[in-house]
Amino acid sequence: MSDRTLNGRERLTPSQRARRRFMSHRVAMASGAFVVALILLVLAWPIFSHPTFAPHLPQALTWAPDKLNDAQFHPPSAAHWFGTDALGRDQLARVAVGARVSLLVGAVGAGVSLIIGVLWGAISGYVGGRTDSMMMRFVDILYSLPSIIFVIVLITTLEVLVKQWMAKIFVGGAPEAVRLLFLFFGIGAVSWLTMARIVRGEVLSLRTRQFVDASRALGAGHAQLLFRHILPNISGVIIVYLALTVPSVILYESFLSYLGLGIQPPMASWGSLIADGAQQINPIRIYWWLLVFPAGVLTATLLALSFLGDGLRDALDPRANR
Amino acid sequence: MIPARDDHDVPAGMNYFRRTRESLAAYFSFLTVLLAVLSLVGCGKNEPRADITIINGAEPESLDPAIITGQPDGRVVGALFEGLTRLNAKTATPEPALAERWEISPDGKMYTFHLRTNAVWSTGGSITAEDVVYSWRRVVDPLTASDYAGQLFLVKNAEEINGGKIKDLAALGAQVLDPYTLRVELVAPASFFLDLCAFRTLAVVPRATIEKYGDQWIMARPLPTSGPYTLDAWRIRDKIRVRKNPRHWDAANVQNEVVDFLPVESPNTALNLYESGAADIIWDKGLVPTELLDILRKRTDCHNFDYLGTYFYRYNTTHKPFDDPRVRKALLLAVDKRRLVERITRAGEKTASHLTPPGMANYTAPEGLGYDPALAKKLLSEAGFPGGKGFPPFQYLYNSSKVHEQIAVELQQMWKETLGLKMELRQTEWKVYLAEQSKTNYHLCRSSWIGDYNDPNTFLDMFMSNNGNNRTGWVNARYDQLMRDANQQTDVKRRAALLREAETLLIRDELPIAPLYFYVGVTFYDPKKIEGIYSNVLDEHPIYTIRKKR
Amino acid sequence: MYFFKRALYLIPLLLVISFLAFVLVRVAPGGPFDKERKPASPEIERNLKAKYHLDEPLWKQYARYLAGLARGDFGPSLKYRNHTVNDILLQGLPVSLSLGFIAFGFAQAIGIPLGFYTAVRRGQWADYGGSFLALLAVCVPGFVVGPLLIMWLAVKFHWFPVGLWETPWHAVLPMVALGLYFGGKIARLMREGMLNTLSAEYITTARAKGLRESVILWKHAFRLAVLPVLSYSGPLLADLLTGSFVVENIFQIPGVGVFLVNSSLNRDYTMVVGLVLLYAALLVVLNLLVDLSYSLLDPRVKHE
Repeated sequence: MSDRTLNGRERLTPSQRARRRFMSHRVAMASGAFVVALILLVLAWPIFSHPTFAPHLPQALTWAPDKLNDAQFHPPSAAHWFGTDALGRDQLARVAVGARVSLLVGAVGAGVSLIIGVLWGAISGYVGGRTDSMMMRFVDILYSLPSIIFVIVLITTLEVLVKQWMAKIFVGGAPEAVRLLFLFFGIGAVSWLTMARIVRGEVLSLRTRQFVDASRALGAGHAQLLFRHILPNISGVIIVYLALTVPSVILYESFLSYLGLGIQPPMASWGSLIADGAQQINPIRIYWWLLVFPAGVLTATLLALSFLGDGLRDALDPRANR
Repeated sequence: MIPARDDHDVPAGMNYFRRTRESLAAYFSFLTVLLAVLSLVGCGKNEPRADITIINGAEPESLDPAIITGQPDGRVVGALFEGLTRLNAKTATPEPALAERWEISPDGKMYTFHLRTNAVWSTGGSITAEDVVYSWRRVVDPLTASDYAGQLFLVKNAEEINGGKIKDLAALGAQVLDPYTLRVELVAPASFFLDLCAFRTLAVVPRATIEKYGDQWIMARPLPTSGPYTLDAWRIRDKIRVRKNPRHWDAANVQNEVVDFLPVESPNTALNLYESGAADIIWDKGLVPTELLDILRKRTDCHNFDYLGTYFYRYNTTHKPFDDPRVRKALLLAVDKRRLVERITRAGEKTASHLTPPGMANYTAPEGLGYDPALAKKLLSEAGFPGGKGFPPFQYLYNSSKVHEQIAVELQQMWKETLGLKMELRQTEWKVYLAEQSKTNYHLCRSSWIGDYNDPNTFLDMFMSNNGNNRTGWVNARYDQLMRDANQQTDVKRRAALLREAETLLIRDELPIAPLYFYVGVTFYDPKKIEGIYSNVLDEHPIYTIRKKR
Repeated sequence: MYFFKRALYLIPLLLVISFLAFVLVRVAPGGPFDKERKPASPEIERNLKAKYHLDEPLWKQYARYLAGLARGDFGPSLKYRNHTVNDILLQGLPVSLSLGFIAFGFAQAIGIPLGFYTAVRRGQWADYGGSFLALLAVCVPGFVVGPLLIMWLAVKFHWFPVGLWETPWHAVLPMVALGLYFGGKIARLMREGMLNTLSAEYITTARAKGLRESVILWKHAFRLAVLPVLSYSGPLLADLLTGSFVVENIFQIPGVGVFLVNSSLNRDYTMVVGLVLLYAALLVVLNLLVDLSYSLLDPRVKHE
């Protein structure tokens, strides 16, 4: 029974086993380390330009992201590791500052997708029948409304009101944050829909299995069935799709920037930098650094997140026997 | 607790394998359908290539002369419908078109036009003075809701009919004397009335077709046209094809048979199509990637020319502290315009110290303010904000576009460094930008204006108090009076002097707007292959003169 | 039976969607007729609004719209005033449908095999390499892939045309630009589905029975593994079919994708609602098909 030892070998709890499995997955650990390092770097970035630290660091790390200077369109060099753009702004600084926005956007999108999307889909698939129909129709309705107009309406009708309201609450409060908030809301509103659909499909397929009947026969309630039995079995799909939601929302924000609806200048995000960089591709002369660096950093981060997700998935897999 | 494990009973026998076969079969038939669809792409589009393919800018909203406002629309309409006069391809001055000759009364208010007797519709039937009068009445008719009806306001009663004060369309000061003679009565003499007659809005449209088909009359086939071309096809977002009208009175001088207009909105796409030879000409200023201009300008196929357009920003003169002219002047004096045109727009634009662009006929503009940071600081102190202290943060409104954004960021920097002011950027999309500008719901707002005809009036009348395009809240009785006097003046020199005085008031003394630079038009075509495009300040390029060199 | 019950839902669903879109687009500031140049008199603006019934109360406008819809008339376009929404859709839809369909096929054709392969070779270099490719495809948006493809394959090597839509050759680059991103997603979902299914006990049973590995993979695992891909395919196809804004813009393809975004930006009310209806109808039908195919592929799924 629940004996600490079985056959002489030490018996671990499921979470301990999960942790051990995760740690043995080298790529996932490396990816995790990368993500943590990135977040630390991004948080620490403003310190680099602080007068007490700046003299000790190479100049390339100390530029302010919205400082214009005459070095227009300079390719990567010792002074500007990522080059400069049309207004002479240092791209390394812009990418570092843009990381904050993009990571937040990704986190919000993933969070909304995880909580609302999974719950919605799971309940819909589990209950089935008419409720399932209704819930999925609701998803369809939200899905078919053009998100662009939704974002436009949100931003234009409410932005002014919320700015005034926020100015009262946070004296001198950052107005750019308001636009960001609306972006999050708009992005969050669309990012859970497909997750709900996928989870519902999986749950639908799982709920008729024998293990569910067995657990029910043993007296498990609906909530227990859903959360302890069914969801862990689809944790893999959830994690993988979650890891796909992050680039999806970041690129959606990029698309909004491409249309001029995204992040307000002078703020930048990886998405807006990529959108700007994409305009540089032409057959005559390409300022490649404006595209390659933001896109490269985005890709590296997303790869890391995905491999991290893979590691988590393997660790949490209830069918693993190690 | 029994750990979650799954279990599965494999359904027995043939049922199972049949389902698998079914899904695989479905998959493969799907692939076949796919390939079939792929092969049908573009099927039935075996059209021969046009003589000239032009990248024209955005898709025209309409080809009805009475309701168009955009330049791309105007270029196609100019090929299809003609007016009493047309602008010469080389000089952009009015020359006879449907009207063969005309007489002007000594007071400049009465014009008598004698129409060509050999002018016919492309489907047959003469074009008569009745047609001209019908077309003009249609423009001023408030029910047509023509945005450019104002172009006809020089004609007697036009403004009243359009404003609904006079209900009878026949009251318009254009009368038919006989089938080929037309008399027009103006409210005031205007030296540029003949230029106006060449304007798209005043072109002649087919009455019978419009009465039969209503709003969709452009889609009627065959479509009677009064100009040198007929409309072959209009596929939205694909192309507009026009074909030479053999019945046109000037058909002998039309240099090509078939012309295609492509609606492209992205500069890089336009460049790709042009470089690969899919298009012969690019002639929309907005379709040039500014980052590449330094290279492109050196090529022989890049043709720059000055044209009648100004880029400026507006002050909301009702919003403190922009109600103080000293503040307005200080801000402009702190702007290094040269930096903007050299680093951002790069097409060789000239910086602007006045509103009316150079090259306007019979007019020299007064000089306005230049770049003087010291004076700017001094004025700001005088206005009560020494070193920028106490100056409330303000916003600069602009619509989303790379160039506007870059200019805004530069301005932000300049005002911060020179004057210590805190400016916020406010980027919105186009419709919101227009709505805010209309309601004067902004502090500073980016703007531009393109001249409709070659006369300072097209720029200066905007800032009269009752003009809807003012949008700055600036009201100046003296300015209004000067403009009114100028437009009543027949003597060219005296009129120019009055206009000059008005403009001085506008851009040196009061400054409700701050001019930044004058537009430069850019057209791409290879002069070794194409000829017949002439540069002029109105960016007017009638297509009947263009031809491929043999 | 199930199909009919679901199909019945279509009508009220579309009504709700059309109403929401109708209201949403009118709430946004700015109108369809706002221009840089103000018309000469307020009378003109009034007349313009009256002509398109924009001055009537909302419910009346909606009722009028529904009456038109019953006749199959989506109304005139407010931006392209010489065209009706029907015209524009009829012209652009076949193009967008073919492009979307082709891109869908491409995405499935590269995604499913790649996902399958990386799952089977799990943990080895092939898996990491394949996953890297899939993730790369997911990270690079269409407006980067498109111009890159044009720059290299069309302009530099002249293998393909730079744009327009005239021959099947013109469809290749847009297909890749549009389909690559979705192909990457499908590969990842497929891999996940395969991993899930491969660790199931019935596979172990099949192996214990001595079935050949390829038979196991294809006949048993694949059908169930493809379910998450299927769930994703419904909305995916709807998205692709209504055209992609970015790809149609870059390659100058005369489809309706551009209108999906531009009509919102232009406040072309009738166009927005027409497109939304179209998109919603497609989405619902496709989702229905996907749901039906669940029960075909997974015999354990029963629909009530």
